Amino acid sequence: MLTKRIIPCLDVKKGKVVKGVKFNNHRLIGDPIKLAKKYSNDQADELVFYDIYSSVESESVSINWVNEIAQNINIPFCVAGGIKDITKAKEVLNMGADKISINTPAIENPNLISELAKIFGSQCIVIGIDSFFDGKNFIVYSRTGSTKSRYCTGKKTLEWIQEVQDRGAGEIVLNCMNQDGVQNGYDLEQLFLSREVCKVPLIASGGAGKMEDFKNVFESCNVDGALAASVFHDNAMNITDLKNYLNDKKIEVRI
Amino acid sequence: MISIIDCGGANLQSVIYAIDGLKVNYKICKNKNDIKNSSAIILPGVGAAKNVMQNLCDQDLVDAIRDYSNPVLGICVGMQIFYEYSEEENTKCLGILPGKVKKFANSDLVIPHMGWNKVTFENEKYADCNGYYYFANSFYAEIDKNTLAKTKYGKEFCSFVNKDNFYGVQFHPEKSSTNGLTFLKNFFNNL
Repeated sequence: MLTKRIIPCLDVKKGKVVKGVKFNNHRLIGDPIKLAKKYSNDQADELVFYDIYSSVESESVSINWVNEIAQNINIPFCVAGGIKDITKAKEVLNMGADKISINTPAIENPNLISELAKIFGSQCIVIGIDSFFDGKNFIVYSRTGSTKSRYCTGKKTLEWIQEVQDRGAGEIVLNCMNQDGVQNGYDLEQLFLSREVCKVPLIASGGAGKMEDFKNVFESCNVDGALAASVFHDNAMNITDLKNYLNDKKIEVRI
Repeated sequence: MISIIDCGGANLQSVIYAIDGLKVNYKICKNKNDIKNSSAIILPGVGAAKNVMQNLCDQDLVDAIRDYSNPVLGICVGMQIFYEYSEEENTKCLGILPGKVKKFANSDLVIPHMGWNKVTFENEKYADCNGYYYFANSFYAEIDKNTLAKTKYGKEFCSFVNKDNFYGVQFHPEKSSTNGLTFLKNFFNNL
């Protein structure tokens, strides 16, 4: 059967890796190629590169780093941020990315999901969802790349998951905003409820701090993968150690 | 000289980078003469079977591939089109291998079958290749007498197939880290 995937996420701003807390105060982490190679050697199953600059600014920046990543690692990787149309999607995929992740453009034009899936196949169309618990409901937020631009779409997260998979999404990354960057553990309740409606691969995002958090999200929510950034970038947790730990806990991982 | 056929799939670049690492000579195939003059060909397929078949028809490569007598390696959809027929958009395929490609039908399974799964090789030439490989597929070929390796997702399916000079892998060796490179090295050494 499929192993559970461990997925480091690298936020890229103008060709450099950065990380913010709760989507803000970005600080510099390093060179994307160097980090990609390190994570790949540490047995990461897949990488996500989130182009935070292109996702917020309308200005188009060079994405030659995508090509360099493809030359330097031989595990799958996904590019997120700034992919608003078929032309851009094609450019990124032709540079060697395996998947593209769409968030705000999918909300603003849900037809884009169906078109992309038809042209490139569902397996490379990932939908990123930023979900916020407002005390009553899980609600989809949009344009979360900066505090100034972000807004509540009014869409309910579970309904949006169903819609995007009906439209041909091949994977969903659910980013639980209340947990993002604070390392308090994944949002188990939300991910459990999402798993019940999500028939395509579901990736947990937001909140990983300890090895136990990964174990809990795989055991309680049966997600297919767990994404994290801070814990890996800060060297607080080594991916090889994490996978050995999960293997000891009888969770099937690739080691 | 190995020819890599551009089937319009998005993994062409990744396959090129993987082959680069093996230090074998290759070129991107432009027409049927390129095929005739090559020592082996690779069909890297990503996307839908119908698109890949359409691309081969548009490039007038269908008969050249069928009649080719040196080794051919099909990857993912590149393997699936070797069969007679695919349930994906009811596509008529090359018919080099008997049987049809089916959709994973078990409703308990998360589809696409995406991520790392275990490949068990039955051929002793590939004994050192057993391990995890990267997959991204919603359709699969059943196990039959041509199967050289199996993978389990709900039930077992065929992850490596061979008939005559045609070889196909359902996984992506170009994205399967060191195992993928070991497999490709073995494949070219065993030819």
